[in-house]
Amino acid sequence: MESLFHTQTLLIIAAGAIATYLTRVGGYVFITRMKRIPPRAEAALNAVPAAVLTTLVAPAAITGGWDVSLTMAIAFLVGLRLSLLPMLGVCWIVVMVIRHLIV
Amino acid sequence: MTPATKEEFRDAFRRGSAVAIAAAPFAVLFGAVAVDNGLSVAEATLMSATLYAGASQLVGVELFNHHVAPWLVVLSIFAVNFRHVLYSAAIAPHIRHLTFWEKATSLFLLTDPQFAETERRADRGIRVSYPWLMVLGLSVYVPWLFLTILGAFLGNLIGDPKAIGIDVLLPVYFMGLVLGFRSRAHWLPVVLASGAGSILALHFVGSPWHVSLGALAGIIVAALLPLDDAEAVAGDVAEGEA
Repeated sequence: MESLFHTQTLLIIAAGAIATYLTRVGGYVFITRMKRIPPRAEAALNAVPAAVLTTLVAPAAITGGWDVSLTMAIAFLVGLRLSLLPMLGVCWIVVMVIRHLIV
Repeated sequence: MTPATKEEFRDAFRRGSAVAIAAAPFAVLFGAVAVDNGLSVAEATLMSATLYAGASQLVGVELFNHHVAPWLVVLSIFAVNFRHVLYSAAIAPHIRHLTFWEKATSLFLLTDPQFAETERRADRGIRVSYPWLMVLGLSVYVPWLFLTILGAFLGNLIGDPKAIGIDVLLPVYFMGLVLGFRSRAHWLPVVLASGAGSILALHFVGSPWHVSLGALAGIIVAALLPLDDAEAVAGDVAEGEA
């Protein structure tokens, strides 16, 4: 096995942990000092999760090959109905069927 | 222990265990994907122990594999976790009575389900105590840690991730998270802008910039669109990650 830790990875994890902790205490510290967030800033913040996560979905769905594209299209439809875990199960079955039975 | 405290412990543990079961596959998934993307078992475990935020951990290891600039990995983790700012702001009235260190430690365990359960308890008019918060949080945290280790060791045994379909789990998982936010204001224009922005940026600028440029496109659209009434913006803070 490789070495336990790499310096750069360790630094990224440490910085990521600090950044994450800051988000967890930040809102409390902020709101107990401030009265109101500007509505446009709030709307922008509100869009952050969907905006960031979409950038991890869209390119994969387009550039991953037709089997991935098809699976992602099915994931979209299934995801409208099912919660995360069943959705993962269905899509995993779909891609396994495509790769091992169809191709 | 007074009967009331005992009841608090039992309630917190029961709720925490349910969350831990639902989150278990993601802990295993994270461990496996992390090792698959070049992290050691120790690094994957450390990440689960110190970040303790599933979606951002998966985003983080996904970017590790793309040889992205370190600051961008950290910024992406920060961006994915930004919703916690809203959570800790929203539960502020319920935890104000805690001491400084009680707040500092219990907020470390603030996740989507921790937030939702805290809000629910406060809604029922029950005072949110420090032991209740910690038992709830730790009964999710400890399994999360051990299942990460399990997943990491399983990941080491996995040869070709494509053959067993592990490579699509991550995009599908993120698709599920994106869909989980669909009741939010201007969700569709934001998703379309981010999706188109990231694909265009991937083509014309290249990885890893497609992540930040695509996200920026969606965020700008959200800021520029006409504002809904305040209720639509703040209404569904509890949604998102399972």
